[in-house]
Amino acid sequence: MQTTIDAIIKAASSVILGKEQQIKLSLTCLLAGGHLLIEDLPGMGKTTLAHTLAQVLGLSFRRAQFTSDLLPADIIGVSVYDQTAASFQFHPGPIFTQVLLADEINRATPKTQSALLEAMEEYQVTIDGHAHPLPKPFFVIATQNPKHHIGTFPLPESQLDRFLMRIQIGYPDEKSERALLQDKGGRLSVNLLKSISDAETLIKLQQQAQSIHVSEALLDYLQALIQYTRTHFSSGLSPRAGLGLRQAAQAWAMCEGRDFVIPEDVQAVLPSIITHRLLGDNVAHQVLTQVSISKQT
Amino acid sequence: MSAKRTLSTQDLRFLLFTLAVILAIHSPNIPLWVTLTSIGFGIWRYLLDRFKWPMPKTWTLVAINLLIGLSLLITFRHQFGRDASLSLLIVMCSLKLLETKTLRDYILVIVIAYFLVGILFLFNQSITTFLLSIPPLALLTASLINISLKEPKQYQFLLSLSSKMLLQSVPVMLILFVLFPRIPGPLWGVPQDANSGMTGLGDSLQFGNISRLTKNSAIAFRVKFKEAVPDNRHLYWRGPVLWHQYKREWLMPSKQIGMQQEALEVKGLSIAYTITLEPHNRLWLLMLDMPTSLPKIGKLTHDYSAISNDPIRTRVRYDAVSNINYQLGTTLSERERIMSLQITEGENPRTLQLAKSWQTLSPTEKINQALSMFRNEPFIYTLSPPILGDNPLDDFLFNTRKGFCEHYATSFVYLMRLAGVPARIVTGYQGGEFNPNGGYLIVRQSDAHAWTEVWLENQGWVRIDPTAAVSPERIEQGISEALGDYDLLPIFARHDYPLLRKAFLNFDSINNGWNQWVLGYNDEKQFDFLSNLTGKNVTLQDMIIWMISAIVLVMIITSYFLFKKAHLMRNQSQKIYHQYLAKLSKIQLKPYPHEGALDFAIRSAIALPALRDEIMQIANHYNTLQYDTFEKSPDKKMLMLQALQNRVNAFKVEAPT
Repeated sequence: MQTTIDAIIKAASSVILGKEQQIKLSLTCLLAGGHLLIEDLPGMGKTTLAHTLAQVLGLSFRRAQFTSDLLPADIIGVSVYDQTAASFQFHPGPIFTQVLLADEINRATPKTQSALLEAMEEYQVTIDGHAHPLPKPFFVIATQNPKHHIGTFPLPESQLDRFLMRIQIGYPDEKSERALLQDKGGRLSVNLLKSISDAETLIKLQQQAQSIHVSEALLDYLQALIQYTRTHFSSGLSPRAGLGLRQAAQAWAMCEGRDFVIPEDVQAVLPSIITHRLLGDNVAHQVLTQVSISKQT
Repeated sequence: MSAKRTLSTQDLRFLLFTLAVILAIHSPNIPLWVTLTSIGFGIWRYLLDRFKWPMPKTWTLVAINLLIGLSLLITFRHQFGRDASLSLLIVMCSLKLLETKTLRDYILVIVIAYFLVGILFLFNQSITTFLLSIPPLALLTASLINISLKEPKQYQFLLSLSSKMLLQSVPVMLILFVLFPRIPGPLWGVPQDANSGMTGLGDSLQFGNISRLTKNSAIAFRVKFKEAVPDNRHLYWRGPVLWHQYKREWLMPSKQIGMQQEALEVKGLSIAYTITLEPHNRLWLLMLDMPTSLPKIGKLTHDYSAISNDPIRTRVRYDAVSNINYQLGTTLSERERIMSLQITEGENPRTLQLAKSWQTLSPTEKINQALSMFRNEPFIYTLSPPILGDNPLDDFLFNTRKGFCEHYATSFVYLMRLAGVPARIVTGYQGGEFNPNGGYLIVRQSDAHAWTEVWLENQGWVRIDPTAAVSPERIEQGISEALGDYDLLPIFARHDYPLLRKAFLNFDSINNGWNQWVLGYNDEKQFDFLSNLTGKNVTLQDMIIWMISAIVLVMIITSYFLFKKAHLMRNQSQKIYHQYLAKLSKIQLKPYPHEGALDFAIRSAIALPALRDEIMQIANHYNTLQYDTFEKSPDKKMLMLQALQNRVNAFKVEAPT
C-alpha cells in the first residue's frame, strides 16, 4: 500500500512540478474522503492538479465550468421526455463522475452552488423523486479565484465547511519554472500518465486510513486545538471540521508510512483545514503555536 | 493571561458594590461624615462611568485630599490611633476610585479593601464580626477572579467560584488555627484608643456612675460553676473596695502599701468556678465573696479584691475558688480604723445630727436604725434619681429619697462613719443570669452594684447591703424584678420579651463557645488540646513539624487531584523522554510547547549532526510509545520502554566548549 501511495505522489509530481506538498495534501484529502477547494490565480495549475489526480488514481473525470448562468440541471442532469419510449428519461449531468472539477465555483449563482454542495454532502442527487446515487468514490475538486470578485457569489462559511481542505498552489520555484518552460511536465503530459491505482484500491486505501491508530494523548491534543479555535475566534471549528481534522491526520500519517498518528501529522494538515473556516490573518500559525502538544508544563 | 483586559463598566460596578458592603459593615466604627464622603466618591465614580465624563484633574484630587486631611485632623485632633487610621484609609480608598482607570488601580483598591475587612477584627472579634466578614471576602475574591478572566463573566459564576475557593481554603485555615504555635499575650499591639470604648467598674464611685453602667447590657463576665450555682443572694462579685471619701466621690485608698492583709477564716464548702472576663481596660478580676484561691494572673489586695498584673485588654479566663461562709479581718489596726472612719467635715448637717442622736446605741443598733430608716421611710429604688443639691446626703436622706444602690451604699457608710462605726463601700456586681443552654451564668454591666461592709467587734467586716433594705427583690431576684421604672433597663435584662430572651440565651451560648474555643485558644489551651488529642506531652517543635507536614499533605493531595484532572501525570514514556530533554537542555536545546517530538528531533539533529541517528531513533521510539497502540502486544511496550530507556541512558551531549 505504501508503495502505491508513493508511486501516486511520484507520478503526479512529474506533471505538477515542485508541488509535492500540495499533491500530498490533495491526496490526503481524497484519502480522508473529503472534498477539496483549490484557491489560486488563473493559470497556476489548478485544473491540471485535479486532472492529474483523477488520472493517476484511475478515476473518471469530468469538468464543469461554473458561470453565472449555469443552472442546477446543467450540473445534476435533466429528465427528458423520450417520444419513442413514451416516458421520461434521465440524462445524467456532469456530476455523475468520480472526480468532478467545479471550476470557478464562486461564479455560479447560490442556487447552483447549493445544488452541488448538497450532492457533495449526501453522495446522491434526487430528481423527480428518484434518488440517483453518485459513483463511488466521489470527489469534488472546486477551484476559485481569490481576486476579481466582481460578479461572483462568494461561498458563505457554512458552505465552505463542506470542503475538508482548501489549498493554494502558488508560483513554482525557479527550478520547476525552468523545467516547465522546457516543456517537461505540465498539462500536456497529463494524458500520457498511466493510472497507478483504481477506484477499488482507493476505497481500500480510504478504509485503511480510517484504521490508523489515534491515541488518547493525540485526541487530547486534537481537542485542545478545537477548543482553542472556539475560545479565540468568533466562530470555531465545527464538529464536522474536528472529525475531518482527525481523518485527514490519519490519512497523512498513512502517507508518511506510519500506522499511528503523531502531532506532526495533525500540524501538517491543520492549516489547509482551518484557514477557510476561521476568520482572520495567520490563523494557522496562531493556532499551531499557541496550543501545546501535551498538557504538561 | 495573555492579553490584559481593560476595565469595563461591569467590573467597576461590581467593585463599587463590594466597597459599599464593606463600608456598611464599617460604618459604626467611623464618623458619619467619613461614611457620607465615601458614598459620595462612589456615586461620583459611578456617574463618571455612566455619562462618560472625564476623570477629575489631579489638582482637584489634591485639593480634596488636603480638605479630607484637615477634616480628619479636626475630628480626631492629636489622637491618631486606630479609629483615625481607619477613617483615613476608608476615605482614601474611596477617593482612589476617582483615579481608578487601569487594572493596576483596580487591584490596588481590592487589596486595600481586603485590609479593611481585616481591620474589622481590631474592633471586635465576636462571631458576628466573623460572619459579617465572610460576604465581603467572597465579593473581593470574586472581583479578583473577575479581572483575571479574559472576558467579564456572570456575577453568579464569579461568586460561586470565589465561594468555592474560600471553602477550599478552610482546611488550611483549620490546620493553621489548631497547630500554629501561639505565643503568650496578644500577637500585635493596638493603639491606645482601641480600648477607650470598654466599659466596666471604675476605681471611684460617684452618684450616677453605677446607674449609668446599669443601662449597658454588655456582658461583663461569664461564670461556669463546677457544681450547683449558689443562690442569687450570695452572688456578690467583689470588685474594688472604696475607703476614702472626698465630697461626693468615694475612692480607693491612695496608699495601700504596707497594709496588712486582713485575716480570713472560712467555713463550709468552698465553691470552684471559672470566670471568662470581658476586657474592661482596668485591673479588677471579679471574684465571688470571699476568694480563697487566686488565678495565676493576679494578686489579692489587703481588702480582698483581686487585681490583675496588667490591665485586662483581652478576654481572660481564670479558675478561682471562693467561700460564701467567712469571717474577715477580726482585728482592726489603728490605720484601718482611721481610714474607715474618715469623712469630709462640714457637710450634710442634718445627717450629722441624725448620727449624733444615735450616740448612745451599740454599733449593731446603729446599723439597724439606719436600715430601718431605709426600710420604713418612703425610699424609692430607681434608675433615674433626681439631681442632688449642695449637701447631697442631706438632700437624699431627707428630701428626695429616690436613689440607686450607690446612693444607699454611700449614705449608709457616711452615716456609719458619723456614728463612729468603721465602714467601707464595696463595688462589683450582684447576681447574674443563668443560661441553661451552656450551663453558665451571664453577668452584665447592668448587674453592677455597690454594697457596704461595716466592722464589728468579734465579727470583723460584715457585709451590709442597704439596697436590700429598700428593695429586697434586687438581691433576691435580680435587677429586672426590682425596678419600677422598668423601661430604663436594657432590653436583654428585662423579662417581658420571653422569645427575645430565649433567642438571646441561645446566641450567647454560641458566642460563649466561640470565646472559649476560638478566641480563647491561647498557648495554654493549645498545649492542653493537642496533648489530650495525642496522649503525649506536646512540644513547640512537635507543633511546628505537624503543621508543616499537614500543610504539605494538603498540598500534595490538592495537586494530585489537580494533576489528575488536567491529565498532567506523566506516563512512563514521557518520564524517560523528559530525562532525554533534560540532557539536551544543557546545550540550550528545548522543545517549544507546540513542537512535536519529530519536529524537535529534526531541529536537534541540525544542531547536533553527529547524533542525528540517535536523536531520530529516540523520537521515533517515543512517538511509537506515546501514540501507537499496544493492545495486541503489551509485552512489546515493555521492551520498547526498555529500549527507549537504554537509548536515553546512552545518550550523551557534550556542552560546547
